[in-house]
Amino acid sequence: MEKIAVKVDDLTVAYNYKPVLWDIDLQIPEGVLMAIVGPNGAGKSTLIKAILGILKPIAGSVTIFDKPYKSQRKHVAYVPQKGSVDWDFPTTALDVVMMGTYGGLGWIKRPGIKQKKSALEALEKVGMLSFKSRQISQLSGGQQQRIFLARALVQDASIYFMDEPFQGVDATTEVAIINILKELRKAGKTVVVVHHDLQTVPEYFDWVTFLNVKKIATGAVKDIFNDDNLTKTYGINYKVSIQK
Amino acid sequence: MSDAQFEIQLIACLVAVACAIPGTFLVLRKMAMISDAISHSILPGIVVGFFLTQDLNSPLLILLAAITGVLTVVFVEKIQQTKLVKEDTAIGLVFPALFSIGVILIAKFANDVHLDVDAVLLGELAFTPFDRVYYGEVDLGPKSLWVIGSILLVTLILLFAFFKELKLSTFDAGLATSLGFSPVILHYGLMSVASITTVGAFDAVGAILVVALMIAPAASAYLLTTNLKKMIGLACFFGVLSAISGYWIANFLDASIAGSITTMLGIVFLIIYLFAPSKGLIAVLYREKQQRIEVSLITFLLHLKNHTEKRERHVNHLNEHINWQKVRSKTVLTLALKNNMILITDNIVSLTKKGEEFTSKAIEYILTNEDSLIENMKDDFFLFRG
Ligand SMILES: Nc1ncnc2c1ncn2[C@@H]1O[C@H](COP(=O)(O)OP(=O)(O)OP(=O)(O)O)[C@@H](O)[C@H]1O
Ligand SMILES: [Mg+2]
Repeated sequence: MEKIAVKVDDLTVAYNYKPVLWDIDLQIPEGVLMAIVGPNGAGKSTLIKAILGILKPIAGSVTIFDKPYKSQRKHVAYVPQKGSVDWDFPTTALDVVMMGTYGGLGWIKRPGIKQKKSALEALEKVGMLSFKSRQISQLSGGQQQRIFLARALVQDASIYFMDEPFQGVDATTEVAIINILKELRKAGKTVVVVHHDLQTVPEYFDWVTFLNVKKIATGAVKDIFNDDNLTKTYGINYKVSIQK
Repeated sequence: MSDAQFEIQLIACLVAVACAIPGTFLVLRKMAMISDAISHSILPGIVVGFFLTQDLNSPLLILLAAITGVLTVVFVEKIQQTKLVKEDTAIGLVFPALFSIGVILIAKFANDVHLDVDAVLLGELAFTPFDRVYYGEVDLGPKSLWVIGSILLVTLILLFAFFKELKLSTFDAGLATSLGFSPVILHYGLMSVASITTVGAFDAVGAILVVALMIAPAASAYLLTTNLKKMIGLACFFGVLSAISGYWIANFLDASIAGSITTMLGIVFLIIYLFAPSKGLIAVLYREKQQRIEVSLITFLLHLKNHTEKRERHVNHLNEHINWQKVRSKTVLTLALKNNMILITDNIVSLTKKGEEFTSKAIEYILTNEDSLIENMKDDFFLFRG
């Protein structure tokens, strides 16, 4: 059997004692490009934050390649939901991408030429090199999303968590981003993406997790991406035309 | 300039810089109110510290008072976490409570000593040169200078050591956590520095000026730059500028130094708020006006493209057709002409090749709902703007 990249056991997370994730068991095999789908408020962002130790669960455990997250930080990159930061912050696109290198540097050490070089490469990869000196509030929504992606790329991790990287981007950017994600998978990386557009799931992803407070199903898209699971997750009678 | 005058200004400048550094991060974290809370709620800490040490500049007093400051932050956060009230309400609940405890302590026990509420709130810069440190017979300078100097030195060392961590956790606390830079530690570190600076400076300049020195220069700098390092530098500069000019104005008017410095901080902020090149009020209003004209221009060009009939394109008829006031159509016409978008022959307006190109592209963007791209296009096409 292939290696398990992320293993979540009996995970329960609550805000103010109200559980928003209930008893989640989840195994993400190494090398998959996985979508997490579920309605607004299903706990998708919460699940990612709990895996990354940003939120403390009230029960359960998470391991990354069989070790606790704390010792595996360097192998994990994170793209938060775009609205989670203040884009008026006085800084440039290049500087934000450089932040991805901070984890490798550790406390106190400053980024140098090497870090700058990898940041510039990542900017080039997402097609944002010419915007490197732009103040981040002067970027469009799609461009900001690309900057976040570039920041995750410089982390040079084995597992990537992305919270709605396609939010508010146009068709061209969406294709550009998905191509980069597919490239990551080709290089053997594991990519986990919170995704809202159900139509594109079969085309973009090979693995999927249905989530709505509880885990509904997880597995290969070709096996479990069906109307039954969609209905269980979204509550209404769901029909998607799946192009096979 | 006498020695005393020089020392007063030097102390004021050091306080200004020591405040501007944590102040910049407070402003960026939208926590300006918290510095106000800290500055008032340190009072009970100062009083208790004073009972124990009988010395307003003792390190123990500074430590005790700084702990009260950090406790304020903890209380505010605890109250906020109950979700019953918002942050500003929580601040409004905590600091008057602590402040009044301090006032009562002073009134009950400290009537006969040199410690009163006015001194804590307003300080007295003018007296700072009289309280001096001696090593044997040697005069080492005013005590305040040493206190503030040490605090500033520590602040600078921390800033250089943890600049990247502070920047990251201020911008994106989530990423900071996932990379292993605990935002909680950085948050309380920053709060401790803010508290210690407030306590160290209150004796010289008073709690109110401390708040003003933390917030006003940083808020001014925020309007002028898009670079964090420059923002810190500018904040320090504005603090020092206000300190020195405030001192001389007070000297000239025979007024309170702290009061004059606070006034100068306000004036500097007001000037920048009005005149800052891109974020200032005037620039914003100007940009809005320009955008209105540019929208009119696009509407006008679209009209020209849609109507080939001469009747619709006669200069005099444009007013009626697009229903604009004379002035407006004139501005729009001139702008279009200046940018080579239109030609006027025998009072009939027609699009130039450039105008055609621009308009077709604009239509395409409007149809595909990518209006934001029109902004980029404007940069390419408009040499002269509104
Ligand atoms: N900081 C918070 N405090 C209290 N409740 C929260 C907080 N953040 C999220 N919640 C609640 O937790 C639940 C799950 O939120 P979460 O953000 O994980 O949903 P999501 O699936 O990512 O939704 P979306 O698709 O809208 O991003 C929601 O009911 C939300 O209201
Ligand atoms: Mg979410």
